[in-house]
Amino acid sequence: MSGEERLMISLTVNGESVSRLVPVRQHLVDFLRLELGLTGAHLGCEHGVCGACSLRVDGVLVRGCLMLAVQADGAHVVTIEGLDASGEIADLQQAFVERNALQCGFCTPGMLMTAADLVRAGVPRTRAEIRAHLAGNFCRCTGYQAIVDAVSATLNKRLSEGGGHV
Amino acid sequence: MKAPKFSYLRAGSVEHVLELLARYGEDAAILAGGQSLLPALNLRLSQPKLLIDINRLDRLGGVELGNDHIRIGALTRHAEIAASPLILQHLPLLAEAMPHVAHPAVRNRGTFGGSIALADPAAELPACALALQARLVLLSAAGRREIAAAEFFTGLYRTARRPDELLVEAQIPLKGKAKTVSVFMELARRHGDFALAGLATELLLADGRIAEARLAYFGSDERPVLAGAVSAAITGKALDPTLAEAAVAALAGDLSPIDNAQASASMRLHLQRVLTRRALALALTRSRQLGRAA
Repeated sequence: MSGEERLMISLTVNGESVSRLVPVRQHLVDFLRLELGLTGAHLGCEHGVCGACSLRVDGVLVRGCLMLAVQADGAHVVTIEGLDASGEIADLQQAFVERNALQCGFCTPGMLMTAADLVRAGVPRTRAEIRAHLAGNFCRCTGYQAIVDAVSATLNKRLSEGGGHV
Repeated sequence: MKAPKFSYLRAGSVEHVLELLARYGEDAAILAGGQSLLPALNLRLSQPKLLIDINRLDRLGGVELGNDHIRIGALTRHAEIAASPLILQHLPLLAEAMPHVAHPAVRNRGTFGGSIALADPAAELPACALALQARLVLLSAAGRREIAAAEFFTGLYRTARRPDELLVEAQIPLKGKAKTVSVFMELARRHGDFALAGLATELLLADGRIAEARLAYFGSDERPVLAGAVSAAITGKALDPTLAEAAVAALAGDLSPIDNAQASASMRLHLQRVLTRRALALALTRSRQLGRAA
């Protein structure tokens, strides 16, 4: 597009350094998907309601569509691809599979990012607390019951093993 | 959708922001947490020429205890307020409100000042600012001014902030030895969604009676409302189970609920009455707990 204002940014994505010239109006998810080919973060509503674009930026969970790519200059971004590759959520992923906590899969990357945020804190949670934590992530298939089951089982397993997140 | 074109500047200092605001005024938008601005841009409800990113201005963040007030920097993230021991100890109303502010991912980015400056009628923090008598500090190239929260929220997404001003902090007075009870409640269709009705209330008690009552209603009207008629109806009276009906009877005099697809005006008024009864009942329970602890 002509006349598009651009800025050079440098950041770390899943542990790798990248530098790119980006349109200032491009949000972080479009940058990840279109520039870096990381299509794990999904765009559902694109206005912060559905949670499908959830990412970890500088250690905290954020809505990827509500952050500009230029704001991530200097940041450490972790996507679902990074979480998957590191093995951090292998148990959570396995629990999702075992309990059919996904059907179409569109919400799953965001759901896993948000659930990972909860289980790595290593604090016991009731089902109601798990639901409250996941309330910002829409799933239109499962009815959530199986998702809460999977998150709860993973959290309880980690707590009983005494390790939590490493 | 995708945001329209805009120019972007990362502010290097507060002075830099004020200079830009003096030059661009209404054509500029302050990008703080971006949790409402970015949706508005993506939906093309807002088309500013310039975004001024203040996220690197660390001096605008943080919660601090002053002599007679708590200072909350405009750039303090919701998650930081929710986790703050100072807030929990001195401003329990705000601590009780925080879990209702959107969802965890939004609380990690969204800011206190952003919520106040936006003045969304369904937002929790403007109502808390009213109930807690916050003073809001605004800076511009022309100087500094303080304004009481009660004079700040003027209408639907409208405030007393001038286009060349930056909201830099809120100062919330401490109550000292006064016996206070606070209650925060809201009703939303899904946890974390915008409220259909909500109430932030702080009561000052003396000799078993209500010495001061501040009930700030939100979610029902075009702006958060400090309920004068309700306050007049219950001030000076004992905090007992009969109090709620006097408050409920007065409430229609304070509110002019909006009527839209989410809820009719009569339903919103009904919900606010329900919350009023619940909040005063909980306030009574809490005041008894205070009495026992004392």
